[in-house]
Amino acid sequence: MSERYEIRFSGSGGQGMILAGIIMAEAASIYGTKNAAQSQSYGPESRGGASKAEVIISDQPIDYPKATSISCMLAMTQEACDKYHGDIKEGGILLVDAEEVRKIPEGRFRVYSYPIIGAARDELGKTIAANIVSLGMITELTGIVTHEAIERAVLARVPAAFLDLNRKALQLGFDKAKELKKK
Amino acid sequence: MAENKKKLLQGNEACVEGALYAGCRFYAGYPITPSTEIAEGMSVRLPRVGGKFIQMEDEIASIAAAIGASIAGLKSLTATSGPGFSLKQECLGYACLAEIPLVVVNVMRGGPSTGYPTGPSQADIMQAKWGTHGDHPVIAVTPSYVQEILSETVRAFNLAEKYRTPVIVLYDEIIGHMREPVTIPAPGELDVVDREKATCDADDYFPYDERYEIAPLAPFGAGYRFHVTGLNHRKDGFPTNDPRQIDLNNRRIMRKIDNHREEIWKNEETFLEDAEVAVFTLGSTARSARFAVNKAREAGIKAGLLRPLTIWPFPDRAVTELSKRVKAIIVPEMNLGQMTLEVERCSKKADVIGIHRVDGEPITPAQILDVIKKHK
Repeated sequence: MSERYEIRFSGSGGQGMILAGIIMAEAASIYGTKNAAQSQSYGPESRGGASKAEVIISDQPIDYPKATSISCMLAMTQEACDKYHGDIKEGGILLVDAEEVRKIPEGRFRVYSYPIIGAARDELGKTIAANIVSLGMITELTGIVTHEAIERAVLARVPAAFLDLNRKALQLGFDKAKELKKK
Repeated sequence: MAENKKKLLQGNEACVEGALYAGCRFYAGYPITPSTEIAEGMSVRLPRVGGKFIQMEDEIASIAAAIGASIAGLKSLTATSGPGFSLKQECLGYACLAEIPLVVVNVMRGGPSTGYPTGPSQADIMQAKWGTHGDHPVIAVTPSYVQEILSETVRAFNLAEKYRTPVIVLYDEIIGHMREPVTIPAPGELDVVDREKATCDADDYFPYDERYEIAPLAPFGAGYRFHVTGLNHRKDGFPTNDPRQIDLNNRRIMRKIDNHREEIWKNEETFLEDAEVAVFTLGSTARSARFAVNKAREAGIKAGLLRPLTIWPFPDRAVTELSKRVKAIIVPEMNLGQMTLEVERCSKKADVIGIHRVDGEPITPAQILDVIKKHK
């Protein structure tokens, strides 16, 4: 199981967690050279409710498509953080939105807290880009895909009118994660 | 950076690719989670290849429209999930008796009734076999991987065309909604079967000609006169009360599948040569099982996996033979024991142990590995 790298994106329905998972899987398997399997779970409501997307990345063929021992988890809401952090493995990474997740769960993993949604709002003028900021941060924190692969994957998935916004969002994520790592 | 030709596709998107590859040119459906992406994909893609997409008023009308299009000569598809699959049963039986090629996809979600729309299950395995009344033939294929949804959808169309019967593509929400890199096969890479054409004079044509095991099906409107009905019928398709005729036809529609089980069956075997304990399962649960079997092998346990890609007709022979060689057959399934019963029926010597889960969560590799360890 050591060769599986598992990432969980969690938040509430409508925050783009599933899209973030799809883009990460494409960065790894289409614009990179690894295998990837992306799955999700969400409730019957189309907005709200805890939602999660998971990406398994491996050099080997991937059988079980769900996360069991998470290397990196993103939590964009307190509810999602509480509900889904239990599978983070020892030494793994938990990245949370600092404004949404006030109660940090205890565990033997590294926690990075940053106001992701706030940064998207204040620095990009679009809270909707928060999921792309988080992709930049996860790429920087984990190194599981290259900057180039994630950028190509992001730009291939977003509408043409928003290419510039998303490029900036990704760069913002790289930069902020770099600062967090120094602390 | 190396860019491969693969695309990251959702299981349901791969189903669309498979249907189009097979030459499907008609889709009628009514959207339902977790199958809706098939309807969405077909609505975008079919018009580009000269096909027709229609969203009908409900699931019953959808399968009826697909049957009509198939009689007119088009390869036709409808897709749904449990509640819709229940509604389609009457017409499914109609297509069995009237011998209309058709592919019906059921992306299984939690049931019964409206159940758990966004959660997976494998609880429609028996419904696929016995959902419609009367003795009738059923072919159901069961992919486990996104790439395999594409190729098994092609195989489903091929079987439908060859045997003039509806074929069910049965997979769970997990593989319907998950995404994996998929290579779209080049034209010619996978076999594509078209139904046999009628070549005789119109006066000599009978759609249920007793001289054939499977008579050619002439497209309606091509000059061949015949009747299509859900009543027991004569060779020209008109209703009959003749006991000899009714018996002949009822037995023939079963025989045309039974006689070709070898060709319809498809199993994948992993580490079965020297296995002492085997797992039998399909769909996403087979992915958990393969993971568990690999872990068991790493721990020195002689475990193996028998994975059916055709669940109906049930792979009796493979299970019987396996049961003579292993101590136990473990049957994990996201239902309360539908396949387990079938495996028990076929197993001659081995213990049969079911693992069942109906909480909308997948059966994990760890759950299966625990049972393997107990029965090694």
